[in-house]
Amino acid sequence: MRPRPTTSRSRVPLTPLAAALALLLGASLVCGVTLGAAGLGQAEALRLLWAGLTGGTVAAPDAAAYTIVWEIRLPRVVLGAVVGAGLASVGVAVQAMVRNALADPFVLGISSGAAVGANAVILLGAFAGLGVWALSVSAFGSALAAMALVYAVARSPRGLTPLRLVLTGTALAYGFEAVTTVMVFGAARGEAARSAMMWLLGSLGGATWAQVPIAAVTVVAGWAWLRRRAEALNALAMGDETSAALGVRPARLRRELFLVTAAVTGTVVAVSGAIGFVGLMVPHLVRMTVGADHRRVLVLAPVAGAVLLVWADLLSRLLLAPAELPVGVITAVVGVPVFLLLMRRGAHPLAGS
Amino acid sequence: MRLDLDGVTVEAAGDRLVDDVRLTVPDGAFVGLVGPNGSGKSTLLRCVYRALRPDAGAVLLDGDHVHTMPPRAVARVLAALPQESSAEFDFTVTEVVAMGRLPHRDRTARSDREICARAMTATGVAHLADRGFLSLSGGEKQRVLIARALAQQPKVLVLDEPTNHLDIAHQLEVLSLVRASGLGVLAALHDLNLAAAHCDLLHVIAGGRIVATGTPHDVLRPELLAEVFGVHAHPVRHPVTGAVQLLFDLLPTAL
Repeated sequence: MRPRPTTSRSRVPLTPLAAALALLLGASLVCGVTLGAAGLGQAEALRLLWAGLTGGTVAAPDAAAYTIVWEIRLPRVVLGAVVGAGLASVGVAVQAMVRNALADPFVLGISSGAAVGANAVILLGAFAGLGVWALSVSAFGSALAAMALVYAVARSPRGLTPLRLVLTGTALAYGFEAVTTVMVFGAARGEAARSAMMWLLGSLGGATWAQVPIAAVTVVAGWAWLRRRAEALNALAMGDETSAALGVRPARLRRELFLVTAAVTGTVVAVSGAIGFVGLMVPHLVRMTVGADHRRVLVLAPVAGAVLLVWADLLSRLLLAPAELPVGVITAVVGVPVFLLLMRRGAHPLAGS
Repeated sequence: MRLDLDGVTVEAAGDRLVDDVRLTVPDGAFVGLVGPNGSGKSTLLRCVYRALRPDAGAVLLDGDHVHTMPPRAVARVLAALPQESSAEFDFTVTEVVAMGRLPHRDRTARSDREICARAMTATGVAHLADRGFLSLSGGEKQRVLIARALAQQPKVLVLDEPTNHLDIAHQLEVLSLVRASGLGVLAALHDLNLAAAHCDLLHVIAGGRIVATGTPHDVLRPELLAEVFGVHAHPVRHPVTGAVQLLFDLLPTAL
């Protein structure tokens, strides 16, 4: 799978691109709040959004609409942006960590592990004592357990080698998925199986403000750490020996990367389920635009991921309104053709493979 | 800066891949390491540039232990060209050379750019700056990697078969480039004639041990080459330069 070598290229300057993407993200957030199925006019939604932001007054008859905008749509849109940013950043990190452009945040088996915990709550009613937090806590807990298992199995005297990591993660993911499937088939209630399916494909339907701070802090902290190690990621992408010769400890860096990506993936998956394709596609799209240097990639990838997921989520609730599609279906349906088209056009290093 | 290997030993699964190797690279000297495949050359060099920790012995830079120094401090004085190439991420030549600045502190974007530009000019790859590294030919790649090593501003260079896969003109070019840098060099070399022409000092390694040390002229004797490489060597004079060159055929017993 050798990337097609590029002969020469002019790269888009980073600052204007980042500024444009940030503006686009702002516009997307506004669109995410104002568009929806509740029969609420856009101007109305915008006015209520503004009223909330500036501390204006809201008339009593608007209280229901205000709740829709501020307690349902806005947390959902913000959480979507956070999750998209997290998945895209982790995708970049995992691809460098296992030195494989086909890797995504889920290749380490962490999301499949989280699914076991989530389904235990959805289908078996586990951890009922935790109330509304049961799903997130259980998903995160089982993500951590899966991570510990993958780490323990993948470890070797030479540290975590890329191949062992990918093989262990993939193999254990099959195991976790088998457990999940057994739970879904064993479930007595059809509606619960549907919820489980929804979770497996990813959904932001359950977003609340309470989830936003934890997810946002984890994603921002993870991203900041990755951005600080961007040069070391460049070296690691060239090879373990090269990075050692450049003063980076590859085994230690890979261990740290494993912890950071697992923590971010676990958190993101706990609040949104396993939303596929963002973590695979966004890093590639960004590299097509600004090249492989992680210092640049890690500036754009989170913003691009956030924009993508906000729009995917918007589509997921508009297409079949008032019913909702899992957002993972949208990222795949929209993402796959776009991705294949770009790859066929030869803008991508994989085009020559 | 002086590089010393003091009793370096590497074991794997009960085998001694490198056995009590002692050698010195004086400041500015070009020291060659020759030996048959699997003799432990690469393993030994990996200990020097910290990709591997020796099981016994020490690698010393002006007396400081390489494996107890901070990794970045080592990388500021010692650069390496390992034998590996990842083909997964298509960095540009500029980005690859810029990686050489990673270990340095107190640097600015501007000083980095200037140092990298000088390194690229020195190795003749400035015109390739915006090319993708993966699109380059073998010789161009090697020159870019040397530029990266020079951008590291080291005192010592470690090269693992830098002329592998290169045609003869590029082999000569790469070695004279390294020679011209004036740095202390420890290089594993495949081609005995190239080693003879470029090295101040040669170590012959076989089965993980150094079996002969000296100037190329003293070391590359037919008896030793027969014993270590299993070939019959005939030294002849180069008709133009007068340097000793070796011609080879198989030993009669090997047939």
